[in-house]
Amino acid sequence: MSLDVARLKKDFPVLEREIDGKPLVYLDSANSSQKPQQVIDAMSRFMETSYGPVSRSAYQLAANATELFEGARQKVQRFINASKLEEVVFTKNATEALNTVIQSWGRANLHDGDAVVLTQMEHHANIVPWHILSAEKHLELRWVPLTDDGQLDLTHLDQLLDGAKAFSVTAMSNVLGTLTPIRLLTDAARAAGAISIVDGCQFVPHNVTDVQAMGADFFAFSSHKMCGPSGIGVLWGREQLLEAMPPFMGGGNMISDVRLDGFDVAELPAKFEAGTPPITEAIGLGAAIDYLDEVGMDNVRRHEMDIAGYTITMLKERFGDDITIYGPDNVEVRGATISFAFRGIHPHDISQVLDQTNVCVRAGHHCAKPLMRILDTPATTRASFYLYNDESDADALANALDGASDIFNF
Amino acid sequence: MPGLEDLYREIILDHYRSPRNRGTLETPPAHMAKGHNPLCGDEIQVYLIVGDGYVEDVKISGQGCSISQSSASMMSAAVKGKTVHEARRMIDAFRSMMSVHERAVAGNRIDHEEPDDYSDVKLGDLDALRGVVKFPVRIKCATLSWNTLTQALEEATA
Repeated sequence: MSLDVARLKKDFPVLEREIDGKPLVYLDSANSSQKPQQVIDAMSRFMETSYGPVSRSAYQLAANATELFEGARQKVQRFINASKLEEVVFTKNATEALNTVIQSWGRANLHDGDAVVLTQMEHHANIVPWHILSAEKHLELRWVPLTDDGQLDLTHLDQLLDGAKAFSVTAMSNVLGTLTPIRLLTDAARAAGAISIVDGCQFVPHNVTDVQAMGADFFAFSSHKMCGPSGIGVLWGREQLLEAMPPFMGGGNMISDVRLDGFDVAELPAKFEAGTPPITEAIGLGAAIDYLDEVGMDNVRRHEMDIAGYTITMLKERFGDDITIYGPDNVEVRGATISFAFRGIHPHDISQVLDQTNVCVRAGHHCAKPLMRILDTPATTRASFYLYNDESDADALANALDGASDIFNF
Repeated sequence: MPGLEDLYREIILDHYRSPRNRGTLETPPAHMAKGHNPLCGDEIQVYLIVGDGYVEDVKISGQGCSISQSSASMMSAAVKGKTVHEARRMIDAFRSMMSVHERAVAGNRIDHEEPDDYSDVKLGDLDALRGVVKFPVRIKCATLSWNTLTQALEEATA
């Protein structure tokens, strides 16, 4: 194994919690990750010693808080290799980041009947905002289909992109775990004259992220899936695109002047940061980045390839035809987010039985109902692993599945 | 945590395994109502023929977890052949059984107010679903078909 998981587990206090005398087996990190003591401490310490409003008051405490807040932005910039600090916009989460692009860039740049390309494995956060905009702009939404093993079927990509204005695509499926060939996709979009918007919400916590190497125009992700707190996310965009966009939300901080007859917008990134930002959360996100940097994102990725490979092989060996694992088997093109169907037992019933041994998985449509229809199931059970999970967690999952077999033995 | 034996009673698993009154009815004369649980994607269709104040026939289609499916199956068996009034009493009695926990959690139980008395309503097999209230997340599964039946009854008696 690439990581000393036993040591890492100790960094996450909640993982030491027992419920009914049994340890937690947390396999729902694609939903939201747990938080290490380092993040908890950084946020507490900031509130205890340094909390103040940012970007608006002259006194020392506020200036210091602003410095720490902007320091978090610098950490994000380095972590995703953004060329400019001004390109890093703090949002509430990835959903708000995507809505910002789709509403702001989309309103300004799309016209009646324009085509936008999405994929059939998108999260609702990269579908519904397009439907909302489409009600106004009558967009033609085109969908990249999937292969049988849950990868993008790129056979007709060029036709789909032909004449399209935007390609909005996930870098990693939150259901299938599939990693998409993002550079190839952004290159194809650029060649077709379309901008590319990348949903990096599932990708960033588990992989080395380099927005420049990816060739994206916009990139969105959330803090709470990468060991940071909820309540803060990031929109990265190319400076000239962000400059040309109208603001999304209006309020304090995003203006340079307001008059009775109008307003002028602030410089980037403040232009897209209306109102008091999530200040303590930014400090927490910065601490999460420090934590992940120390572990090393290349190590995290290698570990998750190992644990995905182990889990998929073990489940198939143990349960044979009783288990169907969605998405690709090849760990080169997938992460350790593993959705499955088991013996025809409804995912709700599976997660209920698993909960008896504190095995936490998600059962449901995972905010990807179009994908559920393609998989021809209303719901799946999803076990998602992170840097604090090891083989013992995968084995606990398999043992708990045996329990479901015992109850639903028909 | 309450044990799974409170939830997955044998009679529930039996209805899940062999659902009663499964299928569809032609509309019209039948009325059909659709229900779904947006959280988990479970869907249900209740087909209903009401004539002369009686539930003459009822069929259930759709898919979902063991609790939603068995509750629908038991419900169909319980209301078939009953008068519309009896069916509505049964819906109220079942909802009352299911909402005990919700009310306690919401803290809005009013002690001095007499709870509605449903002791005259024979729930039969349905009583096995009483354990669901110990698993608050699953109450919506159990009540899905009942809410859908209410809708179908309204349409059929409109």
